[in-house]
Amino acid sequence: MPEGTLCNKIPVTTKEQLQALLADKSGKEYYQEMNELEVDRKALWGTIQKSLKSRTKTWLDICSHCGLCAESCFYYLANKRDPEQVPSYKIQKTLGEIIRRKGDVDNAFMQKSMDWAYSKCTCCTRCGVYCPFGIDTGIMFSYLRGLLYGQGFVPWEMKIGSGMHRIFRAQMDITSEDWVDTCEWMAEEYEEDWPGLEIPVDKNDADIIYTVNAREPKHYPEDIAEAAILFHVAGENWTVPSEGWEETSLAMFAGDWEACKLQVESVYDAMERLKPKRMVVTECGHAYRATVIEGPYWAGLKSGKTPIDSLHYVEWVAEALRTGKLKIDPAKKIKEPVTYQDSCNYIRNGGLADVAREIMSYIAEDFREMTPNREHNFCCGGGGGLNGIGRYREQRNIGMKIKRDQVLATGAKLVIAPCHNCWDAIRDMEEIYKIGIRWSFLKPLLINMIEVPEHLKPPEEPEE
Amino acid sequence: MYEFLTGPMVWISFGFFIIGLIVRGVRYIKGLDWKLDRVTYNENISYGVKGALRSILFWIFPYGTRSWRKNPWFTLWVFTMHFGLLFTPIFLLGHNILLKEKWGISLWTLPESVADGLTVIVIVSVVFLILRRIALPEVRIITNWYDYLMLLIAVSPFITGFLAYHRVPDYYFWLMAHIICGHIFLIAIPFTKLSHFLLFFMTRAQIGMDYGIKRGGMKGKGMAW
Repeated sequence: MPEGTLCNKIPVTTKEQLQALLADKSGKEYYQEMNELEVDRKALWGTIQKSLKSRTKTWLDICSHCGLCAESCFYYLANKRDPEQVPSYKIQKTLGEIIRRKGDVDNAFMQKSMDWAYSKCTCCTRCGVYCPFGIDTGIMFSYLRGLLYGQGFVPWEMKIGSGMHRIFRAQMDITSEDWVDTCEWMAEEYEEDWPGLEIPVDKNDADIIYTVNAREPKHYPEDIAEAAILFHVAGENWTVPSEGWEETSLAMFAGDWEACKLQVESVYDAMERLKPKRMVVTECGHAYRATVIEGPYWAGLKSGKTPIDSLHYVEWVAEALRTGKLKIDPAKKIKEPVTYQDSCNYIRNGGLADVAREIMSYIAEDFREMTPNREHNFCCGGGGGLNGIGRYREQRNIGMKIKRDQVLATGAKLVIAPCHNCWDAIRDMEEIYKIGIRWSFLKPLLINMIEVPEHLKPPEEPEE
Repeated sequence: MYEFLTGPMVWISFGFFIIGLIVRGVRYIKGLDWKLDRVTYNENISYGVKGALRSILFWIFPYGTRSWRKNPWFTLWVFTMHFGLLFTPIFLLGHNILLKEKWGISLWTLPESVADGLTVIVIVSVVFLILRRIALPEVRIITNWYDYLMLLIAVSPFITGFLAYHRVPDYYFWLMAHIICGHIFLIAIPFTKLSHFLLFFMTRAQIGMDYGIKRGGMKGKGMAW
């Protein structure tokens, strides 16, 4: 059975495999090998028989082909109402067809399915909200991604990403030492401005265990410092774990369910080890979705909940503002028109729409809702792993037009996006379409707005 | 023939209809898998029930959801069709007379003119739904012969019944056609997409439980359908 050295059905579990993949620039060789990859039809059908249960089967069977899902899909709208972008059509022509043929599909069909599963659906699950039968095509595409992953038909970056999780328990090659070093470095870096600032590592019985997105230690370490400053000012008793600090899951985007389990278990282990009261997750949507919403199921936790109560960052901020742990200086509230990007993963799929509005009521004088908003908001355009996949850059950029027009319609020049994927997508959107907007996480904005108690301010320089 | 179709065949059709639907319902529920579906159906029952009820109730009323409101004409035709499909046969005077003759029971009945009107509404609704399938590219691309067959099976008892009631020539032919179409309709429900007669409630309850238990139901006010 032809298996490539880079593109194959074997998960990435060693650093050597990872290095080989990373050395193949843009996955050129990887995608070439994919053309030769054979479909193990028996295994594919076997997996389907084991995992396709009544929910998904019924969705595929009873779809009335009414087309109400069409306008719910931002890809359909962004692609000038191309009928081939109707969610029902997309899933019936891929997953539906694989099932009708009992797994008897060829390489070309699998590649088409991969292209569609990644570049025509970000698994935002908006269509499920507009279907009279509640058919959630986003969930089905995620299931399809799992089938494709099992057969080796997965975008190069996603293969690498899920491998990273398997090896480093993080989406990037950051070891426990790198992480702890970064925390120490940041604490030192900001200590002068914030006397007493600490990033406590592995403290037992803290009130809060704080977990992040690996991009933060890798690319934006100041984000960790900002989180520390806000916890510091709020007077929280908090800690970060030396292991199990990563919340994200490229494995979820890749459909590598085994790696998903390994990843979330590392976080749950940290909870067990350090016995904190609650967990707070950084400003990331899919990380929260993976570790807090879906994770307990991957880990087989019957309660469907994380071992301890877990909060998205916006929940912690809202609580801190509500209880007065953080106070906003009224003079420093955002005066200009500002809008909020509702992340699919923690708003539509996490029920935190009101929490986001509560924060805006404290910090903004001219908050402008996008239309539609809250649970009905459109994907930023970069969800489902799409931001990170070079092969589908063009399709992603077309999809972003919907977010561009939504933002423009608000008249706001500042977009608050407490989600790494949304933040990235909006940044790229500005780069491509140049509509003259700025975008931000909550943390840097809050630091500029909060009232800092005297004793937490740096001592004044003696006047000469 | 008439005796058979209005006698034993009624038992057979209803047998298929009821047992078939029970089997589909039971199989649906038995096929739910908390780990694969990633919904703790049994662990968080109260949230699940609340989510399921919200999910069904918002959708069962015309214009009750954002999706229905965004598609006002489609919603109108879908609801008028389903209303007519459900209530006309049950409360039709003719059917209840038959019921009285055979089993000695009868329900409240619709005035004949109202039933006639409902029949016309069903036929008109189906015509519009067919035209919609042909006219809109986003619907046409997903439509196949099976979808038209479902509409045909649903509307044929109404067309034939309408003709028979109005005593067109060949009354007996149309009456027999009506009865046969009615049997086909009943038997088709559990075996085809028309099984949404029951499965609509099942899938709506399932997604409602998903949102009610896992996707924010325990934190927010419940999904804003």
